[in-house]
Amino acid sequence: MSIVFLALQANDETRPIIESIMADNPHAQLNESPAMVKIDAEGSLTVKRESVEERIGRPFNLQELQINLISLSGNLDETDDEFTLKWNA
Amino acid sequence: MQIDLRTVTIKPLRQTFDHLAKRFGDKPATRYQEGTYDLQATHNFHYRPTWDPDHELFDKSRTQLQMRDWYDLKDPRQFYYGTYTLARARQQEAAEANFDYVETRNLLAQLPDDVRQSVLDVMLPLRHVAWGGNMNNAYVCAYGYGTAITQPCIYQAMDQLGIAQYITRMGLLLAEPEALEAARHAWVHAPMWQELRRYLENSFVMKDWFELYIAQNLVIDGLLYPLIYQAYDDHISQRGGIVINMLCRFMTDWFAETSKWVDAQIKVAAAESPENKELITQWIRTHRDQVLSALRPLASHALNSKADDALQDLNDQFSARVAKLGITL
Amino acid sequence: MDMPAQKKKLGLRERYAYMTRHLGWETTYQPMDKVFPYAEYEGIKIHDWDKWEDPFRLTMDAYWKYQAEKERKLYAIIDAYNQNNGHLNVTDAKYINSIKLFLNGISPLEYMAHRGFAHIGRQFPGEAARVACLMQSLDEIRHAQTQIHSLSNFNKHYNGFHDFTKMIQRVWYMSVPRSFFDDAVSAGPFEFIVSIGFSFEYVLTNLLFVPFVSGAAYNGDMGTMTFGFSAQSDEARHMTLGLEAIKFMLEQDPANVPIVQRWIDKWTWRGYRLLTLVGMMMDYMLPKRVMSWKEAWEIYFEENGGALFKDLARYGIRPPKYLEQIEFDKDHISHQAWATFYQYSALSNFHTWMPTDDEMDWLSSKYPNSFDKYYRPRFEFWRKEAEQGNRFFNKTIPMLCQTCQIPMVFTEPGDPTKTCYRESDYKGSKYHFCSDGCKDIFDHEPEKYIQAWLPAHQIYQGNCFGEGADPTSKDFNPMASVLDYWGVQNGHDNGDFEGSDDQKNFNAWRGMATNNS
Repeated sequence: MSIVFLALQANDETRPIIESIMADNPHAQLNESPAMVKIDAEGSLTVKRESVEERIGRPFNLQELQINLISLSGNLDETDDEFTLKWNA
Repeated sequence: MQIDLRTVTIKPLRQTFDHLAKRFGDKPATRYQEGTYDLQATHNFHYRPTWDPDHELFDKSRTQLQMRDWYDLKDPRQFYYGTYTLARARQQEAAEANFDYVETRNLLAQLPDDVRQSVLDVMLPLRHVAWGGNMNNAYVCAYGYGTAITQPCIYQAMDQLGIAQYITRMGLLLAEPEALEAARHAWVHAPMWQELRRYLENSFVMKDWFELYIAQNLVIDGLLYPLIYQAYDDHISQRGGIVINMLCRFMTDWFAETSKWVDAQIKVAAAESPENKELITQWIRTHRDQVLSALRPLASHALNSKADDALQDLNDQFSARVAKLGITL
Repeated sequence: MDMPAQKKKLGLRERYAYMTRHLGWETTYQPMDKVFPYAEYEGIKIHDWDKWEDPFRLTMDAYWKYQAEKERKLYAIIDAYNQNNGHLNVTDAKYINSIKLFLNGISPLEYMAHRGFAHIGRQFPGEAARVACLMQSLDEIRHAQTQIHSLSNFNKHYNGFHDFTKMIQRVWYMSVPRSFFDDAVSAGPFEFIVSIGFSFEYVLTNLLFVPFVSGAAYNGDMGTMTFGFSAQSDEARHMTLGLEAIKFMLEQDPANVPIVQRWIDKWTWRGYRLLTLVGMMMDYMLPKRVMSWKEAWEIYFEENGGALFKDLARYGIRPPKYLEQIEFDKDHISHQAWATFYQYSALSNFHTWMPTDDEMDWLSSKYPNSFDKYYRPRFEFWRKEAEQGNRFFNKTIPMLCQTCQIPMVFTEPGDPTKTCYRESDYKGSKYHFCSDGCKDIFDHEPEKYIQAWLPAHQIYQGNCFGEGADPTSKDFNPMASVLDYWGVQNGHDNGDFEGSDDQKNFNAWRGMATNNS
């Protein structure tokens, strides 16, 4: 399977988001660069609203990801609960 | 090594970019100026557009209007993306609070049935009119000349989309989602909308972008908004529908703000030359007549017996507005 | 009428559908093909615009809310950066030359993207596609403006930034980025979205915004880092639009596949050529390097682009043409480009230099197959010549490729010692190309590319002299007059970094900050 990725700015707001992604996607790999992180994962990668909310202690709208998102790859599917990137081949 | 750079006072080599210094002198420029003036290419184009080989990509001859300097058409609000978005985010927050309030207090439950039905009939199809406003402003943004006037048109286009969405939200609060389809059906088939729809579709094929700017932003909006958000709003408020006013706050504030921008464009363009003034006067006359007659069936449905007086007022107000811009109709 | 006390909340997907879908209608007072006159002439067949999926599903209220938050953060950082003389925090004044390329060569393209997306946002007959394109148009003016605003303070203190609106339209190498975008916007709406939405945004912009901007952060330029990452957060939306557009066209009709394939081939090649400039910025212009061009290319083009093309294979799409050559060239193009700009430094609006020993060693380690063998000897020779007072400037105006407009400096596929020349005859004239890729593009649409405004030709034809120039006068200096026409201030904007105003001022200002004299 091909690699999908999500790149986020490295700051206080994204720390719990990154943590929850890494917890929910055990196959993902975290790569740190100056001022940013890139999370690579084979096949697919999912951000779950509930997991982020558990860590930040307030309601989280997945569209808030926009604020600190740098880049991504893969086909995106977004619902109220999950933000998923995946390759079909 | 951490150095405290704040303590250093250094003399800059220049205060601004050359193209701004040429216009305003070598002094610090505003962010509006930096983000607007001369951003559009003017010469040495590489290829003619395959979709319009008679013109360059950006071409002054796409309108009959002529300006010595197209950057005279500046935006009095001095909107660049940052100030625009912040302004809309504030309005959006206020609108959100109103929607929340109406929803949590269930204020629409107290709306008389006849008013609810009237609002669905009169206001819900306006989402399509706003969609037309979005199309037309996208046109001016794409084919207009000079960032000063094309930039605010993308803002205006997206505002119209936002308005279409606020009307949609209001519809979804007032009724089940099927109401949207019913309103669309009325827009396409009901006699009271056909003149307006015909006018709007004709505007979609208009070629001269400045004429379209006038038709859309001065004439359609300039007659429709006072009709709906003042006359009709008063009418339903007196019949127990004051809550609707809360849901239309965005549109009323928006119309007041954008009118100032539209007026400034017309005023400057008309003052440029007698030819421009003549052209603009003719355009306004033609479109005013068409739009007024297209709005008549809607006004009759919305205001019943008060429609004639309301249209007369509308016409008077409109003439007074353009008179201030130096145009006598 | 019975109304439920509280209406059930609509899900994101449902809500977005109501907010966007069916706002438009089938026009009847005017025919649809007059309302949307450009929807068919490219031969793309669309049967059902409602099949268009917009994965991000942003309504305007959410858009304003999140974008305003980004803007608040961005301008707070720009203000603080400027107030604190943040420009003196960059690793070395050489770095500043890379962002001169950014402001002059990239920001005007952001502006063109804004106008181009307004155009297709007006012209596509489907609502969801129109909305996504117009939102991108709005984002693109943001990018142009935030870049200008971030770099404005650099302009006050350093040369080469001061006349960017003119330089993009006149300076010789600026016709490379300019013609790229003019080419895209002058194409039909479907080709435009493949060129910019897909090839440029999805396949290529990561290379500019991710590793280069991370490099800006590494070199102490918080301003550039902030606008770069902030812009790229919109690009995430743009990339999904590009990918959606491609999938949509491919799913709508099998007859679209070969047309789209040709556009993918063309625009990957065109974008690849354009990004040569970014390769040079990463390998030569960042004093502290984050990763080499080649490494970035492997991650973002080979790995990421590869995954994408594998995903599209089910529609019958194959990877773009000339991949083998592109793979071979990744060891070479950044060095060939830097060598070119070094030779033509007198005619540019930024400074050049030869790499230090330390930098040459870094390049050797990153390019073990090519740097020591082909480029180090040349660079060491030029460096020695300069030390002996024989700085080599190339004074002949170079021949340009008719398609990409880069001077003919690239080498034959597989042979880095031989310059590559290709040519085509068209209507009695001969046209020249740097590569098979560029020749293919020309041969398919010669009527378009013969129109190219080639700076070298224009100079020879006398169309690029300064205002009021008199070429018949005895003491007429053509090159000085051309620099004048370009807006390049001779002796300030151009030439070697060593001894430049930038170098002197930066050192003096830094000195003021670090001692008391």
